[in-house]
Amino acid sequence: MKFNGQTRQLNRNISLLQYLQENKFDISKIAVELNGNIVPRTTYAEVLLQEEDVLEVVSFVGGG
Amino acid sequence: MHITFNGQEMETNCSTVAELCAYLGKQGDVLIINGYQARADHRLTEEDVITVIAKGVMPAEAELESMMAARHTPQVHARVKAAAVAVAGLGGLGSNLALMLARTGVGKLLLVDFDIVEPSNLNRQNYYISDLGLPKTIALEQQIKKINPFIKVQTRTVRVEEANVPELFSGCEVVCEAFDDPGAKAMLVNTILERLPGVKIVAASGMAGYASSNLLRTERKMKNLYLCGDFENEARAGNGLMAPRVQICAGHQANMALRLLLGIEEV
Repeated sequence: MKFNGQTRQLNRNISLLQYLQENKFDISKIAVELNGNIVPRTTYAEVLLQEEDVLEVVSFVGGG
Repeated sequence: MHITFNGQEMETNCSTVAELCAYLGKQGDVLIINGYQARADHRLTEEDVITVIAKGVMPAEAELESMMAARHTPQVHARVKAAAVAVAGLGGLGSNLALMLARTGVGKLLLVDFDIVEPSNLNRQNYYISDLGLPKTIALEQQIKKINPFIKVQTRTVRVEEANVPELFSGCEVVCEAFDDPGAKAMLVNTILERLPGVKIVAASGMAGYASSNLLRTERKMKNLYLCGDFENEARAGNGLMAPRVQICAGHQANMALRLLLGIEEV
């Protein structure tokens, strides 16, 4: 799988939500694109990641 | 010959700009011919576009238009004038980038913020002591009217929430995300990308403190999402928001918005 431009090994069936949590993302401060499409925030738990997926996670930090 | 003088097309037999000005009884201090500053003895040629600016005088709309077109080139000016851009959040990023877009001549600006101007804003936000207590939407609208009274400014003094995002931003080509709170940034970006597929969003993340200016950049993160900032320097105790980096980041956002309006999708 491609994650933010880098190749990552997927060792098991894992949902997008689990993957994001294991990688310490704060779900309330990110936007996620999977294979070129935005993933609605309410569906992170339902999306199962696949070997050929291209995943892009954008995190926001405070200040403006 | 056929020329355009201060936005009006006309026929003339005058041979120089000075002669034309004398004939029209128009006194000017600054002369712009075909987009460049020129001298009064410039010899007129067919299809010249001439703008004569009197210093210290409020120009008529057509004159201001022709000056802007002369500065920005007519094609760019026309495209930008026809555009509608929203600025969500009118703090350090939003107040500065809204004014840049106004100076650029963006024809329709939607300004959205729920808050009022308070003293701690003045270290980086484009407001004055005289604005204290005013809604930021109103204070900024007043400033824009002083820069270009012909821009159509729409203000919405509301808190942006998931439920009102489609109604607020559906008519805009580009939305500039300029919130402070990272959760609000993510909410706006997600909601626009999910619900308004035709809208491009130029967001910001990481511009606090005084780390190198050169860390601030623009990246295209998704098809409709551009992100400006250094992506890591968050506002916190010991690393506060300061005018220079906030304005550099606002400049990144304004320039990316401008590029998108001109049909350029590369950063």
